[in-house]
Amino acid sequence: MKQLFGRPQGLTDVLQRYCPGCGHGIVHRIIGDLLVKLDIRERAVGIAPVGCSVFADEYFNCDMIQPPHGRGPAVSTGIKRARPDCFVFSYQGDGDLAAIGTAEIVHAAARNENITIIFINNAIFGMTGGQLAPTTLPGMRSTTSVQGRDIKTQGYPIKVCELLAGLDGPHYLVRTAVNAPKNIIATEKALKTAFVNQLENKGFSMVEILSMCPTNWGLTPIQSKKWIDDTMIKYYPLGEYRNRAKEER
Amino acid sequence: MPQVKILEEVCKGCGLCCDDVCPVNILILANRINSSGYHPAEVTDNTKCTGCGYCFKICPEPAIEVYK
Ligand SMILES: Cc1ncc(C[n+]2csc(CCOP(=O)(O)OP(=O)(O)O)c2C)c(N)n1
Ligand code: SF4
Ligand code: SF4
Ligand code: SF4
Ligand SMILES: [Mg+2]
Repeated sequence: MKQLFGRPQGLTDVLQRYCPGCGHGIVHRIIGDLLVKLDIRERAVGIAPVGCSVFADEYFNCDMIQPPHGRGPAVSTGIKRARPDCFVFSYQGDGDLAAIGTAEIVHAAARNENITIIFINNAIFGMTGGQLAPTTLPGMRSTTSVQGRDIKTQGYPIKVCELLAGLDGPHYLVRTAVNAPKNIIATEKALKTAFVNQLENKGFSMVEILSMCPTNWGLTPIQSKKWIDDTMIKYYPLGEYRNRAKEER
Repeated sequence: MPQVKILEEVCKGCGLCCDDVCPVNILILANRINSSGYHPAEVTDNTKCTGCGYCFKICPEPAIEVYK
């Protein structure tokens, strides 16, 4: 029998230590697939963040570096400039990218660095126990907003695609989700575009992915899928926020 | 004929593949538990599998393989 779908060679055999129903694993699988399908696994260098995916260096079957919190875009820049023959991707959570790493992502985008960013937006600090993230929705409960995020004292969420789209630099900015097959297929396409952009020296690409964190949302995995559809996508609309390839045509 | 296979020991029983994801609704969570203590997904009628791969795509582990 021929295998139609199965664990890609771009992932190691290490069993991932994410909670049941966590969206990180779905995105890992897509990246693992692309490393093989685009034949770039041997020259890929991945950057693991600080967050639940801090162990991503054990999960991806390619060279990996795990720098300090939020520094993925800066470290990616250094590697890509020193070794333009490498394919460099930075995998980051919303705490990593939009809190402690805000300066790095903004400047890498402004410089249109030829790197690929995979941004997992689960609206929470997952690893540390569910504290408020810059992406936590207004009214959403977290361990540091127990009555729900109060915009008067805790401010408004940061919409990263919209923020970076205010810059002239970035080549490709898109938001997708991994809560249903239709959205996962769109995520596969977006990530492929973001990978190919780097191979064609197009510059900065970021795919923001709305992703389930059942544990810290206090929901079951099935409820979490639905919460993305019913609540999260309304605040964070899916779609392309920048695609220079289309503007040039 | 397409066939779906669950890797029971890899499955975390999250159930993401078990609701409306499968167009022919043949995946459920089993009553038994695997060695990690999770109720693994189980196939009720493999003859109905269309090979669409949706269950695989949504499985975070991935603990699913699809064959033809
Ligand atoms: C310099 C530094 N500050 C703070 C922390 C604590 N810390 C670890 S993970 C994390 C945030 C993780 O959230 P996110 O990036 O959204 O990843 P997730 O776990 O949700 O995938 C924080 C603040 C740290 N490890 N290092
Ligand atoms: S805490 Fe949330 S993000 Fe972290 S592994 Fe668990 S479900 Fe995933
Ligand atoms: S491959 Fe498609 S039809 Fe077969 S079990 Fe998976 S979701 Fe159902
Ligand atoms: S999605 Fe994967 S881990 Fe979750 S129940 Fe189905 S087979 Fe098991
Ligand atoms: Mg997070």
